[in-house]
Amino acid sequence: MANVPENLHYSKDHEWVRVEGDIAVVGITDYAQNSLGDVVYVELPKVGEEFAANESFGSVESVKAVSEVFSPVSGTVAEVNEVLNDEPEKVNGDSYGEGWMIKVRMSNSGEVDSLLTAAEYEDFTKAETE
Amino acid sequence: MRSTDITKVTSHISHNEALIFERSQTGRIGYRLPPLDVDETAIDEIVPKKFQRDDDLEGLPEVSEVDVIRHFTRMSTWNYSIDLGMYPLGSCTMKYNSRLNEKVARIPGFANLHPLADEKEAQGALQIIYELQHHLAEITGLPGVSLQPAAGAHGEMTGVMIIRAYIDARDGEGASANRRTMLIPDSAHGTNPASAHLSGFSVKTIRSTAEGLTDLAHLREICSHGDVAGLMLTNPNTLGLFERNIQEICQIVHDAGGLVYMDGANMNALVGVARPGDMGVDVIHLNLHKTFSTPHGGGGPGCGPCCSTAELEPFLPVPRIVKSESDVSPGGGATFRVDFNYPQSIGRVKAFFGNYGMMLRALAYIQTHGNDGLREATEAAVLNSRYIAHELASDYEKPFDAPSMHEVVFTDKRQSRKGVHTLDIAKRLIDYGFHPMTIYFPLIVQGAMLIEPTESVGHQELDQFVAAMRAIAREAVDDPELVLNAPHSTRIGRLDEAAAARKPVLRWKPKQAASAG
Amino acid sequence: MLHQIGLHSAEDLFASIPKELRLTRALDTPAALSEIELLAGFERMAANNAASQRASFLGAGAYSHYIPTIVDHIISRSEFFTAYTPYQPEISQGTLQVIFEFQTLVCQLTGMDVANASMYDGSTALAEAVLMAERVTKRSKVVACGAIHPEYLEVVNTYVQHAGIELQHVAFKPSSGQVPASIAHLDDKTAALVVQSPNFFGCIEDVAALAEQAHNAGALLIVAVTEAMSLGLLKSPGAAGADIVVAEGQSFGVPLSYGGPYVGLFATRDKYARQIPGRLVGEAYDKQGRRGFVLTLATREQHIRREKATSNICTNEGLIALAATVYMETMGRRGLRDVAIQCAQKASYTSRRIAEIEGFSLPFSAPTFNEFVVLGPGNAAELLSRLAAERDINGGLALSRYFPDRPNDFLVCVTEINSRAEIDALLDGLADIAHSSA
Repeated sequence: MANVPENLHYSKDHEWVRVEGDIAVVGITDYAQNSLGDVVYVELPKVGEEFAANESFGSVESVKAVSEVFSPVSGTVAEVNEVLNDEPEKVNGDSYGEGWMIKVRMSNSGEVDSLLTAAEYEDFTKAETE
Repeated sequence: MRSTDITKVTSHISHNEALIFERSQTGRIGYRLPPLDVDETAIDEIVPKKFQRDDDLEGLPEVSEVDVIRHFTRMSTWNYSIDLGMYPLGSCTMKYNSRLNEKVARIPGFANLHPLADEKEAQGALQIIYELQHHLAEITGLPGVSLQPAAGAHGEMTGVMIIRAYIDARDGEGASANRRTMLIPDSAHGTNPASAHLSGFSVKTIRSTAEGLTDLAHLREICSHGDVAGLMLTNPNTLGLFERNIQEICQIVHDAGGLVYMDGANMNALVGVARPGDMGVDVIHLNLHKTFSTPHGGGGPGCGPCCSTAELEPFLPVPRIVKSESDVSPGGGATFRVDFNYPQSIGRVKAFFGNYGMMLRALAYIQTHGNDGLREATEAAVLNSRYIAHELASDYEKPFDAPSMHEVVFTDKRQSRKGVHTLDIAKRLIDYGFHPMTIYFPLIVQGAMLIEPTESVGHQELDQFVAAMRAIAREAVDDPELVLNAPHSTRIGRLDEAAAARKPVLRWKPKQAASAG
Repeated sequence: MLHQIGLHSAEDLFASIPKELRLTRALDTPAALSEIELLAGFERMAANNAASQRASFLGAGAYSHYIPTIVDHIISRSEFFTAYTPYQPEISQGTLQVIFEFQTLVCQLTGMDVANASMYDGSTALAEAVLMAERVTKRSKVVACGAIHPEYLEVVNTYVQHAGIELQHVAFKPSSGQVPASIAHLDDKTAALVVQSPNFFGCIEDVAALAEQAHNAGALLIVAVTEAMSLGLLKSPGAAGADIVVAEGQSFGVPLSYGGPYVGLFATRDKYARQIPGRLVGEAYDKQGRRGFVLTLATREQHIRREKATSNICTNEGLIALAATVYMETMGRRGLRDVAIQCAQKASYTSRRIAEIEGFSLPFSAPTFNEFVVLGPGNAAELLSRLAAERDINGGLALSRYFPDRPNDFLVCVTEINSRAEIDALLDGLADIAHSSA
């Protein structure tokens, strides 16, 4: 069973959000990295780029698939995880930690409330696998 | 490994061989040119120094002729090929390549002919193009033929651009701008959407039914939006099933103001039996390197002729090769001409006339088989696939009940319960001496194994293949590890493709340079 | 077998095709021929290609060069020519290692970092380069300058007509035949500057100067090479600053074959590797640490990214890429330079001597490699036609085929296979025919 930490918010596109003040740290879930397989490349935006909620901010590639990743919240990119340029496998190894992708300075922190809780996300993935 | 199950192959010595760059030794040469026989000028006077190379071509190999021969001969032994046996790669139609066709393509009168030679002095070459066009028109039931596209995807792009040009001309530029949707079934080859995109279309996906055919209700619904330029349909589709509603499909698209493009990748199921032109298709591409046996060559060359209705003919690429009845050549026969005068043409898609050498081979194929032989080949291709479908149904999950045409799809559903997946089955098949089938395509079938035996395989080898597949099904139950770690018989094991993609090394570099960066 | 699967006749195999769609007659194509009859037929048609049988000075994108015997021998090996795309690396290492060597050789010759496993030909490679430049720069204007092969330009036009790319042209300088010193069209909307060198008239362009201009505008420089043999002598486009290099590889061991199959070379910088069209082969290792090769970075391609792929290409020119690889390795470091120098020397001799004939001159002042334009005393097409009929020589290409305003110009190509005797016969023929019609 995929790991779904309690303290995070989740989107139906399989991204997670950790709120740190007005910053949202965004990555993809354990469930997502597991279905993708070995991640070989992560395409990330530049600092300063703006995204609306549910807008694609980059992509994750495995050997034989490519998936877009969507920002669960609106805002401006404050930082990107440069480590993934050289070590994209961190997305597989530590998807909620060192495998984080971007930090977004939120323009509407209320959006976080409409995301799924850990329990809701777990139910959602169960339904999707069936 | 239970060697008793493996009748087709045994182990064979395999030489190691380094990269040519690692074999290079300063001063070795493998060629000799005649001495320069004209008055020599200082090279700097011909080409100013600043325009000359200053790296002395460093890094290029220095080897002898026998070095080169051994290098390639050793590497060749690491390849599976049609000449070694069945190569059931679904959707690729890996049939036997006749050596006679190769001989024809090497006749000096063709091989040494320059593409810009005066057309009066290239009549034989133009006659070949004309005759092949004529035969392909008869085989497809579509009279307009251009042999210019160099491969299937190139033919697709050409076909879709023809649809675009036709609609632009029919509706006028303004109105046609609202008709920019190309419909593509979810089972289609990836080249279809990529080709549609190149022609400025946005792609809408049509669902397949549980039976594996185009969903007519979904097609009708999308066609009702009024923005449909056309449909790209493979028939038989990539599941190996004939779209039996093809006439109705064409009617729906035509009624909605669109045109039907057929991907002819699977024509090996139809030649001599049924013609796309009779089904209502407007334009099709063929793969001469599949259906008409021109060699696949480790990835090409191909030739992807486009065949169209008379209505679309003005839009085919230029130049066209035509027969001029009025202009009689000195010998009394008709003259073949290169005609550029098609103002509505989409333009040129390739320099010169296309992959001419493949046209010679395809014409030789048509002539060797004769009209009855072409049909027999189709029958044998479908029979072989149907036989495999029948024989493997008890061991592998067959997701669609409809009878298969020239290829059949199975899945790993039963084996995956034991943790053995399609990839593992494919790798294990290598140990039995077969090239694996196409795997994980079509994308809509989970764990797909698409098997296309072609007509170039006899009953005996089909039975060997069936026996191998059944043995693997047994192994998946009795000894899954054996299958999961396959292949066991090859000179290298499964390669780490993820590591290769993370830090791609795409060329050789000298040692110092490689470690420096 | 039919009975084994429960069918009665061959017709039953096609039961899923509606009856009214099934052909009830034989195809109206010829009856089967034996090998003897078939070869006789093709030989008859081949004999109708008079142009294939004589000394030739035709170039213009397709070149006659010496082809070592072993090239055809190696590409005829079953294991190469009856295999397909190396989807299963464990049983395709032969093809994969060949492609890895091909990619390396193309990089070495063009002076670039990364090359793909081949495009259809030079013309479609150029079209793909233009589309790639638009992707990389996200700009929409492309400036094609100077004498680029007219058929290449036609192909580019076809490919970009629906891609939202505006193609602008900068004319060549009538005095030199080269691109003008300063390109006014470059601006912050320009994705790429496209130049061919040696250009269609054989003139060598100052690629380094053009690279600087392109880069100053933030645009890429695309260099097209139709005569790949020139890379044996001329500064590599990469060393001169090109961002994308495309070339027609036919000169490397591939017969003329009336225009194809040839092989398109495509190379670029490391930083654009993920934007390159077509297949790539990379190094990989198995669990025991043995080196092998695999298709890699496949997520760029149509079978994964579908309409967002970098190209729609699938089948490429594998067998021709093999021929080019065998050629480049057989000739090697020394041979490629030797051939290039012989081409340049022989062309130089020929152009000097033609210019000495009364009524003939060389209209362009730029340095050339193995092709050059000659301005004759009268209609060039007629002159060349008489040369063929009376002297059995293909003297070159009348430029009127592509440039109607240049009726008296023709393009002459000389390579290592043109002997002194052939060249002198060309010189005599031109002098006599021009003299007799004067």
